[in-house]
Amino acid sequence: MATTTSPPAADRVAGTARPARSAARRPRRSLLPYLLLAPAVVLELAIHVIPMLVGAWMSLLELTQFHIRDWSGAPFVGLDNYRVVFDVNSAAGAELLRSFRVTVVYTVLSVGLSWMLGTTAAVLLQRPFRGRAVLRALFLTPYALPVYTAVITWTFLFQRDTGLVNHVLVDQLRLVDEPPFWLIGDNSFVALLIVSIWRTWPFAFLCVMAGLQNVPDELYEAAAMDGAGFWRRLRSVTLPMLRPVNLVLLLVLFLWTFNDFNTPYVLFGGSAPAEADLISLHIYRSSFQTWDFGTGSAMSVVLLLFLLLVTAGYLLLTNRRRNDA
Amino acid sequence: MRETAAERWSRRIVLTLLAGFVLVPLYVMVSSALKPLQDVQGAFTWWPRRPTLQAFVDMWSTVPLGRYLLNSLLVASVAAIFSVSVAIFAAYAVSRYRFRGRQVFSVTVLSTQMFPGILFLLPLFLIYVNLGNATGIALYASRTGLIITYLTFSLPFSIWMLVGYFDSIPRGLDEAAQVDGAGPLRTLFQVVLPAAVPGVVAVTVYAFMTAWGEVLFASVLTNEDSRTLAVGLQGYSTQFNVYWNQVMAASLVVSVPVVAGFLALQRYFVAGLTAGAVK
Repeated sequence: MATTTSPPAADRVAGTARPARSAARRPRRSLLPYLLLAPAVVLELAIHVIPMLVGAWMSLLELTQFHIRDWSGAPFVGLDNYRVVFDVNSAAGAELLRSFRVTVVYTVLSVGLSWMLGTTAAVLLQRPFRGRAVLRALFLTPYALPVYTAVITWTFLFQRDTGLVNHVLVDQLRLVDEPPFWLIGDNSFVALLIVSIWRTWPFAFLCVMAGLQNVPDELYEAAAMDGAGFWRRLRSVTLPMLRPVNLVLLLVLFLWTFNDFNTPYVLFGGSAPAEADLISLHIYRSSFQTWDFGTGSAMSVVLLLFLLLVTAGYLLLTNRRRNDA
Repeated sequence: MRETAAERWSRRIVLTLLAGFVLVPLYVMVSSALKPLQDVQGAFTWWPRRPTLQAFVDMWSTVPLGRYLLNSLLVASVAAIFSVSVAIFAAYAVSRYRFRGRQVFSVTVLSTQMFPGILFLLPLFLIYVNLGNATGIALYASRTGLIITYLTFSLPFSIWMLVGYFDSIPRGLDEAAQVDGAGPLRTLFQVVLPAAVPGVVAVTVYAFMTAWGEVLFASVLTNEDSRTLAVGLQGYSTQFNVYWNQVMAASLVVSVPVVAGFLALQRYFVAGLTAGAVK
């Protein structure tokens, strides 16, 4: 690829006119895959890679509302934005740290419970029975539903005076006397978690279901022959066979949930209470409310570095265990 | 292998609970859409006492739902078509050729999917705005900008799934076509693609769903004219009133086509996931 230096020659490589070497088929052959990939690469570069680099650059600028119209004039401030982000004594730093804590707890609970529900449902639907297809379709529906319609419905369910949740708790089960608020205060975290699990577990179910199709029936028959009960079969056959699927699934769920913006944004109508202020929404709001894109970018970069660190650690750990085994 | 009675009953109980958890919001969406406004503003009732279709009529005039729907339809279908076309070529290259950078490409593309959207939202917003100011190419607040953005969102997973599908099509077919004198592109269009139709359809639906449901970028990159459903549905809650029956009616209308499409094609998704996961 790096043999041509002058622009006209480079143009010709990309084009079709290469009469002198058209007889030699190897170079043309090897160019074709790159041409096939070119549109995908260009798009990924334009929308993901370049903006990410620009974002890293922006985090080093004082990119406040005065400079957003003409950002080439924004002063370079080095790591000042990062100093603000990491300074837990400043209001911005303290709020970011709190949002980070909320997001960690949210992610661990949502991913863990979603994975458990998904695996349970997939295992229970493994064998044919009447109504299995209906249940499978039903369980997949939350995943297929557009996120905003699903979450907006939950907003309605969680209304204090007109919602189903309080109607059941207060009027029907009489568990509490005074209808609680769900979308502000401490309860908002619980509400957010429930909605998140409702939306997430069907994807876990879908993946585990796909993974189970690769488990040969003979394994179960052999295990049953040896007298293994349900739990024994689950522990010794199903879960080990699902390990490759679970390794990917848990990582994907972690990253999606940690970056979750839609659920709190729609559930609370734009601004989340402090108890449920997930990090993506927090960065979004602090960027667009104050129009301070420099600090917002610094927060985003820190978030990315954290996710990369966790992912790398996860991959290292799981790979080492696989090598040991 | 017989199921014991205890196993059977615990299975039934657990599945019933799960089904209830999933069903309740879906039921509320449907039943509330059938209620008049007064009935969703008072205490909750399970059953619509005075069922009416009025919400399905009113929802079009409370907010410009027709325009939002059209915008979403346009953006999601164009993004899906382009995304799948680009993915087909890329997946063909990854599946059928061994070239330098193949591994790097696969890993990079998949990992961009995992990055926080907020990370490139701010720069992308600035790039679109400044590009518009400098060159007059309107990407900010336009459907074109949204289409380009969305098609990259579904691209990584589409490529990944299509590679799985293409890999499952025997190479012998390719070689037979090439012996007959077909070039690489003709082989792709006349041999590989026809054999991978279910995969292509599933990926198209996935790309459509991705664009149809996106909220974050829609909330920043659109204005009143290019607004999509994801942002537009919030218009039913005003300072004074929330038209919950209309919100539910609109949500229902917006959801049914994608849910139906997804459920009809679910086994191809499972097949695609399996094919991808095997590698």
